[in-house]
Amino acid sequence: MSTSTDAGAASGARDVLLSGWGRTAPSRAELVEPGSREALAEALAGAGPRGVLARGLGRSYGDAAQNAGGRVVAMGGLAELREIDTGRGVVTVDAGMSIHDLTRELLPEGLFVPVSPGTAHVTVGGAIAADVHAKNHHRDGSFCDHVLAFELLTPSGDLVTVTPTDEPDLFAATAGGMGLTGVVLSATLRLLRVESAYMVVDRERAHDLDDVMGRMAERDHEYRYSVAWIDCLARRGSLGRSVLIRGDHAPAELLRNGRRDSALAPPGGVRLAAPPWTPPGLLRRSTVRVFNEVYYRAAPEHEVGRLEHLSSFFYPLDSVRNWNRIYGPSGFLQYQLVVPYGREDALRGALERLSGAGAPSFLAVLKRFGPQRGLMSFPIEGWTLALDVPAALPGLGALLDGLDELVAGAAGRVYLAKDSRLRPDMLAAMYPRLGEWRAVRERADPAGVMRSDLARRLDLT
Amino acid sequence: MRDAVGGVQSLLVLGGTSEIGLATARNLTRGRTRRIVLAARDPSAAEGAADELRGLGTEVEVVPFDARDFSSHAPLVDRVFEGPGDIDCALVAFGVLGDQEHLARDGIAAVDAVETNYVGAVSVCIPLAERMREQGHGVIVVLSSVAGERARKSNFVYGSSKAGLDAFAQGLGDRLHGSGVHVMVVRPGFVRTKMTAGLDDVPLSTGPDAVAEAIADGLRRNAHTVWVPTPLRFVMSALRHLPRPLFRRLNV
Repeated sequence: MSTSTDAGAASGARDVLLSGWGRTAPSRAELVEPGSREALAEALAGAGPRGVLARGLGRSYGDAAQNAGGRVVAMGGLAELREIDTGRGVVTVDAGMSIHDLTRELLPEGLFVPVSPGTAHVTVGGAIAADVHAKNHHRDGSFCDHVLAFELLTPSGDLVTVTPTDEPDLFAATAGGMGLTGVVLSATLRLLRVESAYMVVDRERAHDLDDVMGRMAERDHEYRYSVAWIDCLARRGSLGRSVLIRGDHAPAELLRNGRRDSALAPPGGVRLAAPPWTPPGLLRRSTVRVFNEVYYRAAPEHEVGRLEHLSSFFYPLDSVRNWNRIYGPSGFLQYQLVVPYGREDALRGALERLSGAGAPSFLAVLKRFGPQRGLMSFPIEGWTLALDVPAALPGLGALLDGLDELVAGAAGRVYLAKDSRLRPDMLAAMYPRLGEWRAVRERADPAGVMRSDLARRLDLT
Repeated sequence: MRDAVGGVQSLLVLGGTSEIGLATARNLTRGRTRRIVLAARDPSAAEGAADELRGLGTEVEVVPFDARDFSSHAPLVDRVFEGPGDIDCALVAFGVLGDQEHLARDGIAAVDAVETNYVGAVSVCIPLAERMREQGHGVIVVLSSVAGERARKSNFVYGSSKAGLDAFAQGLGDRLHGSGVHVMVVRPGFVRTKMTAGLDDVPLSTGPDAVAEAIADGLRRNAHTVWVPTPLRFVMSALRHLPRPLFRRLNV
């Protein structure tokens, strides 16, 4: 392994092979794990010609948190809860703290993270970099819509307090900016007040795509959270058959006495772990088809008001450690698209092609987005569909290239935090404010110190 | 950068007039490849192919490369890596077959062939591996041959040079494990090209496009060994275990 040319800043640095959650296209970087802000600033200042990037818990599916041949700063050593104001419902937290750890601190106070993605194992910094969304985007917007301020260490070493009003450009470019404007050190978040750690959940089956979209369009606004799990192996008449799950936080009065005592109990830990090695080809169409069938059949036709702990509602896969390994050594990718309302035809087309290709995918996720500000934030008002596919599936590259064209043609886009294979020349069509973002980024990082594999692959910066 | 489905955005072809090299370049251009460097002994001979690739929407540069001018290799590799962007994939595609009858009798000619196929490849792969290691990622595709699996009397000079190259590439790949750099060894059987023109066709023979397709598929699967066509793996495994007296008598 190559050694660092800057021994001072890189003490404790080691060469590691990094990949995203999908375990595809790994690259080697020099990993630095600073335990203090000073050490972090030093690590940034001593970056070599291939630059530097902050990395949280590595939950981006593709190469967003990799920096081949350069330096990667692990943020786990900067993960303190700085200040919690229960009266105002505001918390200030280090960027390296995970949503999981933060939730454990907040719930006993009757507070909750207002935008909670599909896994709690993401850092606050990562949530800002990808401007993550949750099942409540149609109502509450993205993560950064609830960020009141953050501290940004710029590549030139300045510590800037960024708020939507004081530094609107830098705020907008950092929200969804994939870590390329600098390193977020801490963030102040506006929280949601909850009376319990439970959710009150309605579940219903939808028989096809029109059915589920009709139900969502009609009544999603009545729920804070809404998501549909689609069986993408169902074809023709059953195309889009799904289980629609909607709910909100349960008020304390709904809990029975026993539960009321532990109403604000934080989420539990890991219950299962995927085996360290899985044979390639475990996820065949046949096995996945059976899983999807059982999932659909097991769901109630229509069930109202079921109480469920929020950890199973928000983070169903967090109880299985390293579930990403079940896709075997060649890994997997997640394709997430959004198309505006009115372009349901494109959504249907995408689902038809995926279903027609017989990609052995577990349930796909369908959600509705509300309006979204920002330069590079993924959400636009419309329908979003996400699904996992094994990377080794023959013809996958061409299939997804075709979907990109379809999505871009419908004024939609794909999510960079999930991406691992987009064609670079599609980017400007999907993100029309790319030019504005580049201009702000250029001012924040004129020397081009912040780098990532994603940025290199997509010619982002 | 390399992507999740094996696409590479830039390609260095060492042996820039090699038919397999160019077939691979054309094939990868249908995927993500937008920048190609053709390193050829006679750059003017590579210009035609370069123009054809440019017509496919790719940026192409031609640089002079002589497999037997060893001291030029490291500076050449440095120059290529100083260009715009990374080199995601390098294809070691140069080699000579030679006239076996002549090689078996003329030591100087045999050494020339071995220098090109083996020594030249070692000489260029070492700096190549170093630059890719610094870059933190990359794939080196080495064109070996089934002839290297067991030297046959009919082309043992060529076969021994490919045996050396194959062993070198495997060892290099293992040494680079964990560095982000991957080495893929490709073992084609009889490929119908200008190098084999005039030789009799043999069973399981194949063409440059089939080898290119197998390479593209190997990149997608992140394979470390690729046989073209695939059944040769089993044929060669059988041949390898034949007793010497029997193998000697085989007319292969």
